[in-house]
Amino acid sequence: MTKISQSKYKDFVADRSKYPEMENGKPIIDLDSHKFTKIWQGPQHPGVTGNMSVEIIVNGDEIVDAKTHVGYLHRGFEKLMERRRYIQCFPIVCRICVPEPDTNEYCVSAAMEDLAGIVIPDKAAWLRTLNLEMSRVAGFLMWLGGQAGSLGMGAIGQWTVAMRDYWLDLFEEMSGGRIYHMYMIPGGVRKDLPLGFKDRLLKIVDRTYKLLDDIERVFFNNAIVKSRLKGLGIISPEMVSEYGIVGPTARASGIADDIRINQPYLKYDELDMKMLTSNIGDAYDRAELRYQELLQSLDLVKQILKKIPENGEIQAKLPNVLHWKIPAGQTYIKAESTRGEHGFYMVSDGTKYPRRVFARGASYTHAISVLEKLAVNITISDLAALMVSLHTCPPEIER
Amino acid sequence: MKETIDRLRKMVNVLQVVEKHPDMYFITLEQDQLVMALGYLKNTLNFKHLAFLQAVDYLEDNKFMLTYMVYNYDLKANLGVNVFIDRDQASMSSIHQLWEHAWQYQRELYEMFGIDFPGSPRVHEPFIMESWEEMPPMRRDFDTLAYSQKTYFPRPGRETNDPKDQMKKVKYPNYPESPKIRRDDD
Repeated sequence: MTKISQSKYKDFVADRSKYPEMENGKPIIDLDSHKFTKIWQGPQHPGVTGNMSVEIIVNGDEIVDAKTHVGYLHRGFEKLMERRRYIQCFPIVCRICVPEPDTNEYCVSAAMEDLAGIVIPDKAAWLRTLNLEMSRVAGFLMWLGGQAGSLGMGAIGQWTVAMRDYWLDLFEEMSGGRIYHMYMIPGGVRKDLPLGFKDRLLKIVDRTYKLLDDIERVFFNNAIVKSRLKGLGIISPEMVSEYGIVGPTARASGIADDIRINQPYLKYDELDMKMLTSNIGDAYDRAELRYQELLQSLDLVKQILKKIPENGEIQAKLPNVLHWKIPAGQTYIKAESTRGEHGFYMVSDGTKYPRRVFARGASYTHAISVLEKLAVNITISDLAALMVSLHTCPPEIER
Repeated sequence: MKETIDRLRKMVNVLQVVEKHPDMYFITLEQDQLVMALGYLKNTLNFKHLAFLQAVDYLEDNKFMLTYMVYNYDLKANLGVNVFIDRDQASMSSIHQLWEHAWQYQRELYEMFGIDFPGSPRVHEPFIMESWEEMPPMRRDFDTLAYSQKTYFPRPGRETNDPKDQMKKVKYPNYPESPKIRRDDD
């Protein structure tokens, strides 16, 4: 006896004693029997998060088996980096995550600094923290639009993406680039903040608060959203470590693990923030937690702006980066992105080229192991909402 | 963390310990003791989160270095476990029974480095590169230049035609030659 759907028919339990026949806990699927249909959701489908696809086998509109396929976006970044000098890796790494490239830039810069033993100046660390928090805000806004869009509320998606555009304007002022910033480089950051930037940033923060008030009213207090997201894709606390689940997805299941608090990097230990957790672990809970984290990030941006020093160095002294040999060793640097633990494992052999760079995408397991498990027994219409709720991001899966 | 490594030493032969940071250590173990050590780390020493499993190719030594990065929620510390395996017959014991998502990394390593993990679910299923026939591409002796020259051979450019002549030839073969006629028509 298994539950037919976790969302709509919470109390309804389907009689699965006779059909479909089970073997070792899995249904026997014979496509020739015409009782099952195989459907591809993606790669060209509005209900998938980017360039990936889910091969689903349905019985009626209920999913009995799911398999994730990636590889539509493989650009061989890790291989490319083996043939690039350290400084030449920067135009590559930011492309590993499109909505939130700054986490990649930070991790790679910090990994190189860690291996080479470089300490960055105080102001540069503050500017990096500001940049990371701004990118978290932009990333959450993108996600919020996606989550609403997956339930058919396209208007909210337009609001948040329009608001994200204001944040992209700020990134452009800060770094010169809207999508890929390359603001952080080994030794610090490229530029100081432009004149009057803080005021403009605070103005956008206020506008974002106003928008989020509206979104709370129309999205989080919406009966349709509640009925569809509550009970969908429940992750138990035991599943978190078994499946390598990280970030808000893990925290919504009651695992208090935020890298910014547990292993603080940059200036996070000087900021006033508390661990946000929840304990139900369904899609609605995750959405609410992410919303709270978005508000927290806005608050952190304000805090950082107050604490950032006016003067100071923004770059540590580096050797000639075109002939930069980094001492042999290995390190793993991680940061908290909107999706969770995003890390870079870097191995140097003492030459001008990295021996190996590996990007640990936060949603690597969310999109494959976890999705394949949670998609079973839900309906086709809920699959898109589930994917967005796990915050899957294909470019960081296949790198 | 030092206590953890001391306890681990009683179980297995720890070949090397490197303290990168107070909350990040790298240790090197022997190949045949790895699965036992990881089981002990997970179940007894509380290193419950497997952040990743990856390989580094040391072509000159004819070795692969595998790195298992585990994390302890209570100690708030990472431990990287390294193990060197033979490169020619690259095969390693699977840890899919310890972590539910480990098979994903093992499948990726089989495709990218050619390291086999016997018994791991779906390990021979293509991950990214369907119908790839070359050697595993992340191996350092994979010649990317030769591959691209063979696969994306320099093709001759398209034939260039003068648009005026071409249009006339293809589209309007029967159009009157002299522009004068057109003027008269107008």
